[in-house]
Amino acid sequence: MTEALLKVENLSIAFKSRHGELTAVDNISFEMAPGEILGVVGESGAGKSLTGSALTGLLEKPGFIKSGQILFENRRIDNLPYEQMRRLRGLKIGAIFQDPLTSLNPLYTVGFHLVETIMTHLPMNQAKAKDHAIRLLTEVGIPAPEKRFEQYPHQFSGGMRQRVVIALAICANPKLIIADEPTTALDVSVQAQILRLLKTMSKEHGAAIMLITHDMGVIAETADRVSVMYAGRIAEIGPVASVIKNPQHPYTQGLMAAIPIIGHQAERLAQIDGAMPRLNAIPTGCSFNPRCPKVFERCYHDRPDLMTAQDSLAACWLHDKTR
Amino acid sequence: MTNKIIPTTEVDVQNLVKYFDVSAPWLSRVFSGQPKQILKAVDGISFKIQKGETFSLVGESGCGKSTIARLLVGLYEPTDGKIKIKGHDISNLDSPKALRTLRKNVQMIFQDPFASLNPRWHVKDIIAEPIRAHKTLSDNHAIDKRVNELLDLVSLTKVDGDKFPHEFSGGQRQRISIARALASKPEFIVCDEPTSALDVSVQAQILNLMVDLQKELGLTYLFISHNLAVVYHISDHVGVMYLGRLAEVRDSKSLFSNPLHPYTRLLLDTIPDLDMSGRDRMPVAGEVPNPIDPPKACRFHPRCPFANERCKTEMPLPTPVPGGYVECHGVQENRLPAYVPIVR
Ligand SMILES: Nc1ncnc2c1ncn2[C@@H]1O[C@H](COP(=O)(O)OP(=O)(O)O)[C@@H](O)[C@H]1O
Ligand SMILES: Nc1ncnc2c1ncn2[C@@H]1O[C@H](COP(=O)(O)OP(=O)(O)O)[C@@H](O)[C@H]1O
Ligand code: SF4
Ligand code: SF4
Ligand SMILES: [Mg+2]
Ligand SMILES: [Mg+2]
Repeated sequence: MTEALLKVENLSIAFKSRHGELTAVDNISFEMAPGEILGVVGESGAGKSLTGSALTGLLEKPGFIKSGQILFENRRIDNLPYEQMRRLRGLKIGAIFQDPLTSLNPLYTVGFHLVETIMTHLPMNQAKAKDHAIRLLTEVGIPAPEKRFEQYPHQFSGGMRQRVVIALAICANPKLIIADEPTTALDVSVQAQILRLLKTMSKEHGAAIMLITHDMGVIAETADRVSVMYAGRIAEIGPVASVIKNPQHPYTQGLMAAIPIIGHQAERLAQIDGAMPRLNAIPTGCSFNPRCPKVFERCYHDRPDLMTAQDSLAACWLHDKTR
Repeated sequence: MTNKIIPTTEVDVQNLVKYFDVSAPWLSRVFSGQPKQILKAVDGISFKIQKGETFSLVGESGCGKSTIARLLVGLYEPTDGKIKIKGHDISNLDSPKALRTLRKNVQMIFQDPFASLNPRWHVKDIIAEPIRAHKTLSDNHAIDKRVNELLDLVSLTKVDGDKFPHEFSGGQRQRISIARALASKPEFIVCDEPTSALDVSVQAQILNLMVDLQKELGLTYLFISHNLAVVYHISDHVGVMYLGRLAEVRDSKSLFSNPLHPYTRLLLDTIPDLDMSGRDRMPVAGEVPNPIDPPKACRFHPRCPFANERCKTEMPLPTPVPGGYVECHGVQENRLPAYVPIVR
């Protein structure tokens, strides 16, 4: 593997609450290579967005990084002062969210957003920035970019707005893009177009993308590797084809079997009983143990870390070679 | 999904139309000279649902699925057309007979189990509400007993009845709304995206529960979804909607093995490939246009790779095909390429 672009080491994120500290992301470690698309999948509340916001420096109080570190291009970024992090975000790390309107101010034209962002990060004057902006709009597939440049966000459809947000995220040619559910609010036909665009952007600009989603289908279409999160931990991480076709963690196995697939006939779907635990009620040992069909004695006492499981890593004692 | 011995029509929808007036207020229209604006949410739709089966409506947002749901449960009155449930016309909501049919036979489950449950009520009172409202049972003891039966039916417990909605996860809240829908012993349930807000593992639990309940109680479902894989799993018949019209209505097997309408094929092609076969997807162009001023004639023609002159000038009407009907000139003229099944 080439030198990692991003290294997340033993990252934990917690909240201070009246009932004490709640750990929402619990000691996760992973790396990303330059240009790769890493999918992060899991049910709602698994800790995906918190992980993403720690990487972009957008973690909001009362959330805080409790321990661990984040290295970007071999430099620690989890403890940067606000102003430095703000510069890094936009220049080297871009962000795309589920609702494009969180990134767009309704009072300003699309052109204004782009020009301002470009001039903040790149040494360009107004005229150059405008040229660059129109080039970007063309690149993300917006027809009649000169005309669209003058328009306001509400004059764009949902899919077109998300294209604008992508243009904003790539305008300074970032090395890493964090995309948090970028297609969840879009219709299926538009979703396919946006995923295709993200993939092209990653290829052509060499940007690594962390693609956060609850939809395994999105991952299958787009990602190179996938990290499956459960209750604040990484349950399994590996090449996308291995994780989808040959899942190693009982949770991933259950998840894959629960997805209806056209052509796979079954009267009932396989189901994992129960629900993901709340933060204040995470079981000791393996947090999946109340729902796991393969649970055994050790799972109730010891917490498994990621260990080698065929082509992937899985946090499950079934893969303990010393067993 | 069930053994149909003698098929009987539970729901019969004929030429259903629902328009919304979305004009600016009259006075400001007069000053600005704007014309009246009519949004044709549902514009001439017909289908039948047999007793005990699941009929699904699928399509992208804004195509009119929820409007049909609301028409079928009597929350909207049709602009035109007829809805018959068990042979009784329910199109006129001023008729006491229509209201009685609706109240007795029809219930609805919504997408958002968070919004549809009163947060200040105990779960047992939420479930008992239709029983009390329709006075199907009056003595409290009998109501309690019925509520406990219903909780049991959806795999919740008696203890859960004394809790509040916020104490439950999304999936459990959807169980509560199913129990409430079943309280008045309806035969027909309209389910508007009941699993769209749920995670897949929870979605599987709810879909399984719905299939079990259908078998046990002989329920008829109208199931609304934008997810074709879910529709494949649950349906006997499927209607594919586009901008207020039904593009294709087929039995599930025919639709998924040989989809005919270009829009159905487009939708099928957008489904991510979980079998990782590496198949190439047709790049899909464009977005659903504005329903206030939809494309003339065939509404799909601006996005259709097979559109010709006739498609732009003449509205396609239902053409019978194996397992149902399709609204498409290309199909009727037999000039579309054969469907290449996705290898799975
Ligand atoms: N501001 C907050 N205060 C308390 N808990 C929070 C806050 N934000 C997120 N959480 C909790 O952290 C967990 C992980 O959240 P998140 O990363 O948003 O999940 P995901 O994106 O996987 O759905 C959830 O249990 C959520 O309730
Ligand atoms: N009460 C209403 N007033 C005005 N327009 C409406 C109303 N309800 C729905 N619509 C419009 O009708 C169209 C169809 O909506 P809907 O039935 O909710 O679609 P779907 O459920 O398929 O997403 C949309 O354009 C929507 O904005
Ligand atoms: S560690 Fe035990 S409980 Fe956890 S997933 Fe593996 S077998 Fe199941
Ligand atoms: S009628 Fe014409 S434009 Fe419409 S779907 Fe059929 S071929 Fe395409
Ligand atoms: Mg999230
Ligand atoms: Mg709807």
